[in-house]
Amino acid sequence: MCLAVPMRVVTIEGDVAICEIDGVRREANLMMVDAVAINDYVLIHAGFAIEKLDEDEAEETLRLMREVLAQGILPE
Amino acid sequence: MKHSSEYRDPVIAAKLLAEITELVTDYPGVMTLMEVCGTHTMAIHQHGIRTLLPPQIRLISGPGCPVCVTPINYVDHAIALSRRPQTIIATFGDMMRVPGSSSNLLREKAQGAEVRIVYSPLDAVALAEKNSSVAIVFLGIGFETTAPTIAGSILTAQRRGLNNFFVLGAHKTMPTPMQALAADPELQVSGFLTPAHVSAVIGADAYQPLVANCHIPCVVTGFEPLDVLLGIKMLARQIIAGEAKVEIEYSRLVRPEGNRKAQQLLAQVFIPSDARWRGIGIIPNSGLDFRPEYADFDAAIQLPVTVEESIEPAGCRCGDILKGKIAPQECPLFARRCTPQDPVGACMVSSEGTCAAAYKYGDHD
Ligand code: SF4
Repeated sequence: MCLAVPMRVVTIEGDVAICEIDGVRREANLMMVDAVAINDYVLIHAGFAIEKLDEDEAEETLRLMREVLAQGILPE
Repeated sequence: MKHSSEYRDPVIAAKLLAEITELVTDYPGVMTLMEVCGTHTMAIHQHGIRTLLPPQIRLISGPGCPVCVTPINYVDHAIALSRRPQTIIATFGDMMRVPGSSSNLLREKAQGAEVRIVYSPLDAVALAEKNSSVAIVFLGIGFETTAPTIAGSILTAQRRGLNNFFVLGAHKTMPTPMQALAADPELQVSGFLTPAHVSAVIGADAYQPLVANCHIPCVVTGFEPLDVLLGIKMLARQIIAGEAKVEIEYSRLVRPEGNRKAQQLLAQVFIPSDARWRGIGIIPNSGLDFRPEYADFDAAIQLPVTVEESIEPAGCRCGDILKGKIAPQECPLFARRCTPQDPVGACMVSSEGTCAAAYKYGDHD
């Protein structure tokens, strides 16, 4: 029930965005998020965008994760 | 799939596991890490994370499934409303099979009640607009992730001048019960993987009092396998160093201050209140009530009905499950009398429930 998925914004009309992921399209109300633009990723829950995905932070987390590959600890 | 597949790389997962294992090699006991979020419960079972971790780390589930913590008298109240003439109940699908004292919504629907499954509370507002002579009652359950969507829908209904849209509210709020669990000597929780999307709304800073009062590490963690593993590693590192602070693993979606607009919606429509949690009892300041200005939308006030006296299902150990005290397999009814097809307790109904997740991912053999 708490399920929330990041989806890409395809179109925006007033307070409503059409968002898409893996070919699935959903409407999302934008009253909870600021300055959303086409191609942004937003987290969608129960018909509302509840947060915007921060691309820089996403890159940083991935960098942290990939860093372990360089550290030479062998997987068991 | 962008922003999902990147966080599932099995090679990185294996490395992270090796790092975690090395990190805790000399740890003298067992660290108990609790997640308080139905989506974490599902992710951990789905990816078999529990079985991959070294024996020094024990993962337990807390009261993170909103359907599971909804008290039985709420279900009975919803059923009583569904029997009211000229009334449509609109609900998230998970509520349909939750057992009330003597019935459930699915059975009521089969017997003629108007019960509609909706994806968003805004769909219920649209129903109200289309059926002006009928009362539409949305079942407003969920934590701070969902509550702002209900607040936003109420404001939308108000703006559209609707007088037939109501919410039967039983919202719960998060950090408070975690404090009670952290203080429980029987549980010995050493750290929390905090609920991710709740945190997107309330912000990571909301856990500062918990950290300060209970000296317990909190890591705001996402749901993909690498998120969960990184969150566990961050917790383990804090525990070994004797630290207790709030860290954010899920920084792509959670900020220290949270989502101010969502918080503002909550504050506009609701006030904090004491709330009853199924199997746990009343926890002060752990729920949301309507502000008096929004009483027109409160189904409990506007649509009086007689609600039967609640009877908890005999033998169900949901209370102990929700507190993380027992595993589903320790409930004598698990996978015998209680299955997802024919659930006895709420923890077996929602796919996010601890018992349902354990059943689905085969922990019952
Ligand atoms: S297995 Fe069923 S009866 Fe037992 S605690 Fe879980 S939901 Fe309740």
